Amino acid sequence: MSRFYGTKYKTMDRHVLLRDVDVPDIREYDVYVANGGYAAWKKALTTMTPDEVINVVKDSGLRGRGGAGFPAGMKWSFIPKDIFPKYVVVNGDESEAGTFKDHQIIDGNPHQLIEGVALCAYAVQANTSYIYLRGEFYEPAQTLQRAIDEAYAHGMLGKNVLGSGFDLDVHIHLGAGAYICGEETALLSSLEGQLGQPRLRPPFPAVQGLYAKPTVINNVETLANVPPIVMHGAQWYRQYGTEKSPGTKVFCVSGRVNKPGNYELPLGKYTIRELIEMAGGTIDGRPVKGVLPAGSSAPILPAPLLDTKLDYESIQAAGSILGSASFVILDDTVDIVWAARKMVRFFKHESCGKCTPCREGTYWALKLYDKILSGHGTLADVDMIGEVAGQMAGKCFCLLGEFATSPMQSTLKHFRAEYEAFIANHQGGTMNGYADELIREGVIAGPEGVIAHH
Amino acid sequence: MADLVNLTIDGVPVSVPKGTLVVDAAKTIGNDIPVFCYHPKLKPVGMCRMCLVDIGMPKIDPATKQPVRDEQGNVVIAFLPKLTTACTTPVSEGMVVRTATEQVRAAREDILEFLLTSHPLDCPICDKGGECPLQNLTLGFGPTVSRFDYDAKFHNEKHVPLGDLIYLDRERCIQCSRCIRFQDEIADDHVLQFHDRGRGMEIITFSDPPFDSYFGGNTTDICPVGALTTADFRFKARPWELASTPSLCTHCPVGCNITLNTRLETKFGDYEIKRIMPRQNEQVNEIWICDKGRYAHHFTRARDRLRQPMIRRDGRLVEATWEQALQLVSDRLKAAGTSVAAVIGDRIANEDAYLVAKLMRALNGAIGMSPSVPAHYADVARAFGVGAHANFARLGKGDVILVVNGDVEEQAPVWFLRLRQAVVDRGAALVIAHSHSTKMHRYARTIHRYAPGYAAQWVADRSAELIAKESLKDARNLLIVFGDEQLDGPGARALAQGLANVLIATGHAGQADSGLLPLYPHANTQGVFDMIAGTTATSNGANGKAGIDARSSLANSRFAVAWLIGVGDASDAPSAEFTVVQELFMTALAQQADVVLPALSFAEREGTLTSGDRRVQRFYRALPPLGEARPDWWIAQEIAKRLGYPWGFQGPLHIFADLARSIPHYHGLSYEVISESGPQWPPMGRGDLYYGGTVYDNTGGLGARYAGDAERDPAGVRPYDWAAPEPTIAGLERRLRPLYRDGELIRRSAVLASHIVPAPEAA
Amino acid sequence: MLKEKRAADIEKVLAKYPPERKRSAVMPLLYIAQEEYGYCSDEAIREVAEIIGCDPTEVKSIVGFYTMFYEQPVGKYVIDVCDDLPCALRGAGQFVTYCEKKLGIRAGQTTPDGKFTLNTVMCIAACDRAPVAQVNREYRYDLTEASFDRMLDELSRS
Ligand SMILES: Cc1cc2nc3c(=O)[nH]c(=O)nc-3n(C[C@H](O)[C@H](O)[C@H](O)COP(=O)(O)O)c2cc1C
Ligand code: SF4
Ligand code: FES
Repeated sequence: MSRFYGTKYKTMDRHVLLRDVDVPDIREYDVYVANGGYAAWKKALTTMTPDEVINVVKDSGLRGRGGAGFPAGMKWSFIPKDIFPKYVVVNGDESEAGTFKDHQIIDGNPHQLIEGVALCAYAVQANTSYIYLRGEFYEPAQTLQRAIDEAYAHGMLGKNVLGSGFDLDVHIHLGAGAYICGEETALLSSLEGQLGQPRLRPPFPAVQGLYAKPTVINNVETLANVPPIVMHGAQWYRQYGTEKSPGTKVFCVSGRVNKPGNYELPLGKYTIRELIEMAGGTIDGRPVKGVLPAGSSAPILPAPLLDTKLDYESIQAAGSILGSASFVILDDTVDIVWAARKMVRFFKHESCGKCTPCREGTYWALKLYDKILSGHGTLADVDMIGEVAGQMAGKCFCLLGEFATSPMQSTLKHFRAEYEAFIANHQGGTMNGYADELIREGVIAGPEGVIAHH
Repeated sequence: MADLVNLTIDGVPVSVPKGTLVVDAAKTIGNDIPVFCYHPKLKPVGMCRMCLVDIGMPKIDPATKQPVRDEQGNVVIAFLPKLTTACTTPVSEGMVVRTATEQVRAAREDILEFLLTSHPLDCPICDKGGECPLQNLTLGFGPTVSRFDYDAKFHNEKHVPLGDLIYLDRERCIQCSRCIRFQDEIADDHVLQFHDRGRGMEIITFSDPPFDSYFGGNTTDICPVGALTTADFRFKARPWELASTPSLCTHCPVGCNITLNTRLETKFGDYEIKRIMPRQNEQVNEIWICDKGRYAHHFTRARDRLRQPMIRRDGRLVEATWEQALQLVSDRLKAAGTSVAAVIGDRIANEDAYLVAKLMRALNGAIGMSPSVPAHYADVARAFGVGAHANFARLGKGDVILVVNGDVEEQAPVWFLRLRQAVVDRGAALVIAHSHSTKMHRYARTIHRYAPGYAAQWVADRSAELIAKESLKDARNLLIVFGDEQLDGPGARALAQGLANVLIATGHAGQADSGLLPLYPHANTQGVFDMIAGTTATSNGANGKAGIDARSSLANSRFAVAWLIGVGDASDAPSAEFTVVQELFMTALAQQADVVLPALSFAEREGTLTSGDRRVQRFYRALPPLGEARPDWWIAQEIAKRLGYPWGFQGPLHIFADLARSIPHYHGLSYEVISESGPQWPPMGRGDLYYGGTVYDNTGGLGARYAGDAERDPAGVRPYDWAAPEPTIAGLERRLRPLYRDGELIRRSAVLASHIVPAPEAA
Repeated sequence: MLKEKRAADIEKVLAKYPPERKRSAVMPLLYIAQEEYGYCSDEAIREVAEIIGCDPTEVKSIVGFYTMFYEQPVGKYVIDVCDDLPCALRGAGQFVTYCEKKLGIRAGQTTPDGKFTLNTVMCIAACDRAPVAQVNREYRYDLTEASFDRMLDELSRS
């Protein structure tokens, strides 16, 4: 049976999202209800019109937690009223390197997600919802399915919910290993049984989404915010966070820290430095070299920017993006060239192949990194990395390709000297600690002289 | 017009219909924005990113909703932060497009360099070399040197048969998905897909049988690189060595416009067809042809073509001179009086059929056509056929397409494509009645079934109900496609009449985009009928046998002389004391003949054909004559001369002028009229660097459709008084017509060998 | 035949999607096929294509796109170790090298007895519990060389 996931660090008196930190068994229906669960759902169905639900979410200023930070209530209000059926699709693809917040919410507090889905569906008058989970969430999917079954059993889902006349079905759909399926239009294609490649916008999902019908797509964490907002109101929610970034946010901290894990914090209250301290500081207290605020997709913020506040605007002003708030911490033991190559390899592996710059650019860039890492690089190769990234930037079909330029451009910007030193120190095929990895990935021949192919 | 949108492209003002894409709008003013994935016949996908341009929109004041103006009063243009794909962006009012900026130039170079990083650059051995959009664009916009490390190149398989007709070179593929989209959107055979992702993404087929589609060859045309090649043409010639001649496909009633690519083969000192390509005619085949049309041309230079007249001596056919053969035939005809019969195959050109018919009229002989079944209803099809200016591209929402007793994909493949799009893409309703399922059934709104052979009965019993249930009277247009599968002559005629009555009853007779569309067996069924009926009309019934209206087949009569011209089916031949066979090959009939006259194939001569929808079109001479073979019209004229009719026609042009004078339906038509070729939209000929690659411009003429009787004389329209005769059920299987049914011509294309459907045993 | 063997599961899957959108079921059905056949064999692909009414080429394409559908037979236990950046910062690289030595194969290979397939994978959303792996899609958190040994023992016995 599945092991429940989640590192439980108490960061607030009462968590809004990671309530499993406060109430260990809140994943159980009875416990959830005993702690106020499904009250918002009852409240909405019995006392609120769909538009009132949209308005309270709008007023709360809740922004999407999947990456783009688009206001959720606004997105819901784009859904045409007179076209049926409509769909609510939940984005639980959570594949950005360093992101593991949705994992904990699904496993630790699934009913809050289900309640959020229900509220969203009611608000836009959709009768079907699909929760798209990455294929690796096979275990969390079982937890979530059990919770869905309980919700059906207690009449919170299904036909004529609580006698309101509103019907709602919620289904789980598992992906099968593709980062691009987190991109909302690729997710829809995948859910339709097509290749998981992004599609043209417009039409936007709100107008023609799943099966060409109006569709809301929201991230797991986004929707988990909705029940407390509906229950306690927009003002209550706005006690957390800043004017432009209201509410709390789960920060995933990973990498070279002592206590990696999920930390729920009000937006804009703390700095990156404080977050690292909360996470137990760096291993052996080494100095921080840089931080990736949103996994591989975000430009690296070097140590001097650690006092940046944790909200959308501040991180952007510092030259990066908050995105899904997956903070990967790099200390001074980390070789930036190696780390950049890891990230480029990720994008090369995950490029869907649809558009030329991403498909060819990530391939080319990785070849350049391979050459450098295996000790055959030249300074011209470093320049070429910058050229390739520049050649991709602004030309890709979707943001994946644009994200792929982040690790290249931002490490070159802040750490070019490290590239140069790396090349000087690794002349003639010396690769220090990287041989195993490079052999494994087929970059160089193993002792048996064979190049592995992947 | 109200729905025109105004914009400027590089400062040049353009007005185009609403919904036009920027890339097409630019094309109208000769600004060729480079593309790879975009193809005007396919839905835009914006994948390749080659067409990036700079697009700006008038800045709108949110309060007044009016464009903001600067101090000079000029509209302020807000340019998008990133370059945008011209292939996916529809025009909008006041849009400003810039294609000549440094940023756009650099983007084009960047994308090309990316594409070339994994391209093998093997142009010197590539079939597409010389007509390759990638090559053209690289010359136009590409970087001069490659900065990509050659050793890091992505290598892949270079010879992947996707089926027995199409080979894939994976290294050359640039993942534009045109082939996949053609198969999905146009052919509806989902046999190609991408596999893997990222740089590993490649084209595969996993179907069973693999890449098997009647339209697969088109993917090799629209492939913008040399990744897809046909088994037939691969490594056979370089494009610039090929001469090209406009021609027509002779295999089915659609009348697809094609181009014959020929080259001198020093090996045997003669020209031959190296490949057949579509020739753009938006009225007929757009830019597509089916694989039969593409591959079934090898008969033209088959080793066993007849090259010399032959005369039977002592029981054996021996070679003779034309003089000997013609004299013998003329003598026998002279001696036979009116006991002579000519049977004309329905691939014979109009001019030739006309001269034969003219001679038979002079001799007061009998005349028929082969196959004989269509002769029973071609007058009905002509009377109630689609309008002279009908346009399949207009069919859509509000229109009903009724398909009765025919398999459109098997019998008129390109019509299948066009009608399918009218239904699937533009919303026409499809109603089908047939004895068995066809591919067309996938799109049907309603399906009716009857027992094999009972098509006419079904119409008799059910047409009133059909008209009511399908609200046929409310249809904007009603197109009725029908075939003669599993019917004999009387049955087929009854069916046609019954369907004509449906048109009349619903008020659609004589309307432009409504009418009957017959699925005739070959390319000139209508034309041969017209020639025979047009010339024998006056003598019809003179001896009880003449006239195409003959409901009794000539095959059951006996004559002194029978003259068989391109007759494929032995059962269409009357018995005779003396038989003359005019042919390309030593067919079963020829082997029994007393005289065998070698004729020229369509590729070696010129002439006209009349399609199933009555479009009269020209084909041209692409190959020199073979041996002593002569065109059918020449043979007819030589015989006529010896019988005392010195016509002196100098060739098809001259003959056509005569037939257009004497056959009322052809009045007003001439070689000038049908050779006219206006500009085609979208422009995709060889002059175009980006789309066509290999699609040919229409230089040979677009042809012209003559009006049917109901259109000419609406007042004269009367419903037929008809009844459904008892069908003949014997040999039903024989009367099915799959595309690749075995025959003299198709058999000589070895590439199609595994596709040929054997002819069932004669009943 | 899947249709007979897993009729109830297939029905449950199909019921999730509108009847005219059977194609949406392709991924769940491929998981079922993979459970039955061990991998997405040609036969499995053709069966799935038949159930959802599309061309096998289209199903093959889906199989090829996603990493969790196997086109070749795999071991009884598929061990996916994450060696993406966050995990690699916590020793996942060395850990994979250990796994390779222990199993006597390289990542991407299957032990000769057909018991274990070892893969490295991109981030699996459990970076705080690195090194982390999935064995037949079940998470194994906070792995060490010792716990990996114990796990192998356990699995070898079952
Ligand atoms: C390459 C790429 C990957 C993405 N991955 C995810 C993901 O794993 N989870 C997610 O919720 N959103 C992801 N997104 C963002 C979604 O496209 C979309 O913006 C989001 O689901 C909207 O929900 P939200 O408004 O609630 O954030 C991704 C976007 C891109 C471009
Ligand atoms: S940028 Fe292009 S290739 Fe990359 S994931 Fe997006 S569409 Fe696919
Ligand atoms: S992206 Fe416009 S032509 Fe390919």
